[in-house]
Amino acid sequence: MTGQRFVYMDHAATTQPHPDVIAAMLPYLRDHYGNPSSIYGIARDAREAVEVARQKTAATLGAGPEEIYFTAGGTESDNWAIKGTAFAQRKKGNHIITSAIEHHAVLHTCGWLEKQGFTVTYLPVDGTGLVNPSDVERAITEKTILITIMHANNEIGTIEPIAEIGKIAQEHSVTFHTDAVQVVGAIPVNVKELGVDLLSLSAHKFYGPKGAGALYIRGGRRPDSLLHGGGQERKKRAGTENVAGIVGLGKAIELAGTDIPGRTAVIRAYRDQLTAWILAEIPHTRLNGHAVQRLPGNINISFAFIEGESMLLLLDSFGIAASTGSACTSGSLEPSHVLMAIGLPHEIAHGSLRLTLGEENTPEDIAHVQSVLPGVVSRLREMSPLYQKMKEQRVS
Amino acid sequence: MYSKKVMEHFMNPRNVGAIENPDGVGEVGNPVCGDIMKIYIRVEDNRITDAKFMTFGCGAAIASSSMATELIKGKTLEEAWDVTNTAVAEALEGLPPVKIHCSLLAEEGIHMAINDYRQKKGLEPWVEKKGTHHTHEEGKEAGDS
Repeated sequence: MTGQRFVYMDHAATTQPHPDVIAAMLPYLRDHYGNPSSIYGIARDAREAVEVARQKTAATLGAGPEEIYFTAGGTESDNWAIKGTAFAQRKKGNHIITSAIEHHAVLHTCGWLEKQGFTVTYLPVDGTGLVNPSDVERAITEKTILITIMHANNEIGTIEPIAEIGKIAQEHSVTFHTDAVQVVGAIPVNVKELGVDLLSLSAHKFYGPKGAGALYIRGGRRPDSLLHGGGQERKKRAGTENVAGIVGLGKAIELAGTDIPGRTAVIRAYRDQLTAWILAEIPHTRLNGHAVQRLPGNINISFAFIEGESMLLLLDSFGIAASTGSACTSGSLEPSHVLMAIGLPHEIAHGSLRLTLGEENTPEDIAHVQSVLPGVVSRLREMSPLYQKMKEQRVS
Repeated sequence: MYSKKVMEHFMNPRNVGAIENPDGVGEVGNPVCGDIMKIYIRVEDNRITDAKFMTFGCGAAIASSSMATELIKGKTLEEAWDVTNTAVAEALEGLPPVKIHCSLLAEEGIHMAINDYRQKKGLEPWVEKKGTHHTHEEGKEAGDS
């Protein structure tokens, strides 16, 4: 950026690693580079650091350290949880229940399993993006071996009733996985209270490094391995540990789990202030997702008559980094499956803007968005034939 | 992701707006696909003396509209009819593969505006060459499958 203000509001995509995280990682890139499986000094240092990170992760989730397995990120954790459970329990059944608004790491994994002979129920959501727990219960059959429902949606921020679904899963003795990639650090996560058997997380969503994630596997659950090879991670996940990444994850989750209400109160206040301001100041807008059961940093608003990608390009020219559910950024021509699932018409889904706030955002950042966004929207509306049509209809 | 030329035309689009009482108008695309392009032309002595556009769409759609209207201004109707999507994309120094349909939309918009003019004049509309229509029109599923 050339002296221009840079405002990062895409924290659901990734976050900037916290300085303490980087500081914690560096020694494991520089000095303690030993392979944790080896027996000499620098290897023992690395082994110890991995176990400390495991304890921190377990402590934050209310789990035991022996229930935490490190992975390369959220996508691997989701793949492992779902494929691993499906293949481990295929003699018991072949039915999986999920929702229509899952991340592609879950949806495409389920889609692949369908090709392997499994059947998948994709539960609908209501207009705010909520899964109805009684829909989950009704979908369970004798063949059901897995329920996988995300803890909170990455696009619209809706927080799902995971504890209620967990209770249902337990009553029916069905393995329950949740993709909690978006929630760690945003709301308290306790695997016992949620009643989940498997939980995916990813370090770079909470100020940790990319390429580091974890899967919580409740003691006694035995999903098949996804990666076969060496005996790392108690023979469940082969591959030399990404020591620095794991150390970074450990530090990041320690920070993320500390004083969640206090840390998120500010973000939540900015979110509510900016949301209310946009809806009041810019006509023909609507908030997507749930008004209250929502991630503290998530704003998702549709601007009628304009398209999301062009909004992002203009915002970028003013130093604002954001995201959209429009097709035009995804490489397909269909808008976001999440916005479709909550019932938005195509053209409204194409005009969605996602701003996800984080810890480093300031009142000046909010003010910068407020000073730029109305101009961006009206500039695009002025050249939109849909907007022109609407104005003509009003006059006539 | 976009060439400098695309970004330049997106940031400073030429010929934005409507022409009052145009000699020809073409509106193509649909909101389902996320892009609608409306092209207006003014014709004098078989030559396009002015062209304007209004577009709902992504950066590539807006840049394609801007470039297409630039390319047809001053051309005879025959010359303008022969401005292909490839010409628009090349003038923009290339478009990402998933955005090629934006330049096709521009070509279609020009054709529709020219035929609108011809029909208003009581002339036979010209026929589209085969294989130039962009592929995600109404009724067709436009997914990435």
